[in-house]
Amino acid sequence: MSGHSTYEPKTGFERWMDTRLPVIRLAYDTVVTFPTPKNLNYWYTFGGILALMLGIQIVTGIVLAMHYVPHVDFAFNSVQRIMRDVNYGWLIRNIHANGASMFFLAVYVHMFRGLYYGSYKAPREVLWILGCVIYLLMIITAFMGYVLPWGQMSFHGAVVITNLIGAIPIVGPSITTWLWGGFAVDDPTLNRFFSLHYLLPFMIAGVVGLHIWALHVPGNNNPTGVDVKSAEDTVPFHPYYTVKDGFAISIFLLMFAVFVFYMPDALGDAVNYVPANPLVTPPHIVPEWYLLPFYAILRAVPDKLMGVILMFGAIASLFVLPWLDTSKVRSMRYRPTVRLYFFIFVFVCIVLGFCGAKPPDNPVLGHSPSGLILLDADINSIVWLSRICALYYFAYFWVITPLMGLTETPLAVPESISSPVLSHPAITPVGAVASPEKRG
Amino acid sequence: MADTVVGASPDPHVPGDDPNRRDFIHIAAGVAAVGLVGGLAWPFLDQMNPAGDTLAMASIEFDLGKVAAGQQVVVKWRGKPLFVRNRTPKEIEEAIKADHADLRDPQTDEERHKPGKANWLILIGTCTHLGCVPTFGGGEYGGWFCPCHGSVYDTSGRIRKGPAPKNLMVPDYAFLSDTKVKIG
Repeated sequence: MSGHSTYEPKTGFERWMDTRLPVIRLAYDTVVTFPTPKNLNYWYTFGGILALMLGIQIVTGIVLAMHYVPHVDFAFNSVQRIMRDVNYGWLIRNIHANGASMFFLAVYVHMFRGLYYGSYKAPREVLWILGCVIYLLMIITAFMGYVLPWGQMSFHGAVVITNLIGAIPIVGPSITTWLWGGFAVDDPTLNRFFSLHYLLPFMIAGVVGLHIWALHVPGNNNPTGVDVKSAEDTVPFHPYYTVKDGFAISIFLLMFAVFVFYMPDALGDAVNYVPANPLVTPPHIVPEWYLLPFYAILRAVPDKLMGVILMFGAIASLFVLPWLDTSKVRSMRYRPTVRLYFFIFVFVCIVLGFCGAKPPDNPVLGHSPSGLILLDADINSIVWLSRICALYYFAYFWVITPLMGLTETPLAVPESISSPVLSHPAITPVGAVASPEKRG
Repeated sequence: MADTVVGASPDPHVPGDDPNRRDFIHIAAGVAAVGLVGGLAWPFLDQMNPAGDTLAMASIEFDLGKVAAGQQVVVKWRGKPLFVRNRTPKEIEEAIKADHADLRDPQTDEERHKPGKANWLILIGTCTHLGCVPTFGGGEYGGWFCPCHGSVYDTSGRIRKGPAPKNLMVPDYAFLSDTKVKIG
């Protein structure tokens, strides 16, 4: 599919460059002529949106770092100064803070799309794992970034999350002290989080480079999940997908702008406008919305170490998914039973997010507990809802996905990307079989 | 000798023909490089541990005269809150009574204060679950309640209910006089 480059240097400079460092050829082959399946829908535009979001976060972040002071006595005020006194500081910080949320929104759509169309299956396992690495780096980066404004939620969020590591037997406490650079979350912690928050986005950018490389070896998956069989299944990336991605990006940026200009604090927590105080914990600690499902899983488990293991296990399950899925059919378009389980999975993830935002003992239905205690908590409580959802979350990866691939009867998969269109009754079905040539 | 057959008699002096020598150089160079990187890795890891000045600030003195009976003062120590509590006889009595209750982290009240100073309870004020600061007077055991995930501690700071695995920690401290303690 990658095939031979069709780039022909036109100017003298391009010819000179091409024999020394063929970057123009690389760019041309990547974003102009790259043969892309012609049936990609709008769910496939989120890769481009994500690349843009990474760029926006890096640019706004570098600017904010010019005004931010990573010290426990000045951090909170320096952020307020950015919001009030620095020219357009309010704009740049609102873009950066809300940009993190938009970045995660886009990555979740991108991931669910990959799950639905089976984009993680051979030969795209490495592509998928690199994506999981990017996601993990994003979580770490976002967590450290949230600590920097040094508000109450920043501080106590950092305390709770770094204490998770203390759950590791024997070495846990030493690792926690090592991470803190002291005996509590304090100035050394803030300093190193700032340093790492600056570093990690560039590491993400590096892994994104590998991710795109791994994408361009087998080429894009597509909504049918069928391999590209011939040139007639593809269109060049430009102008077809530059325009489609561009349109999707425009719509996405409109939504982003609504948050930045009209409700910049809607996704944040008001408690973070209180300066950090190590002696008083806010009554209700919650992470940012994009981490709530994992937080719900953590709290669902009564044992500290098991809770931590399951929370990380929820992410680890994504990494091994290519080897858990036993089905030969990629796209869930042709897997009606699994599709149903998938939609329940998406719903469960959202419910877990809802659970993560609520205090664990709150009732789910009505305003009072049922009075029926099961093990350690009331049946009508957020804890039990989290437990049921966490169970489904893991069952989806470790039980449903392996079993369904073996037991289900998938629908007929089309011969090629073009054949469902060409063999449509409206068109004469003159042996519109895929051409015999194989992928190069 | 223009017609020498190539390879007929291998020249023992051609470098690289002896696989053992070549391997030795490869392995030796590799070990040296790994040793160098490994040796340098430690300083780069250890720099993140508490620095000298952080360690030097690690102990404080506190005047107990400020704390009336039934009161609790929160002091900052090593970046964490420290509870200095002057317990009432009723609290001490409750704590001793619970010594033989079903405790998750069994400890008698005796082991949690200095001998003969049963009214002075000094604890690190961070929940042993995930480090939030428990508040006094909450929960059903007359002690502390952690607002984050609902751990309940008794009047001796022992865990009685909720997700925390351990009792509230007692720091290293010593009485300098009847009214002065040194913590750390």
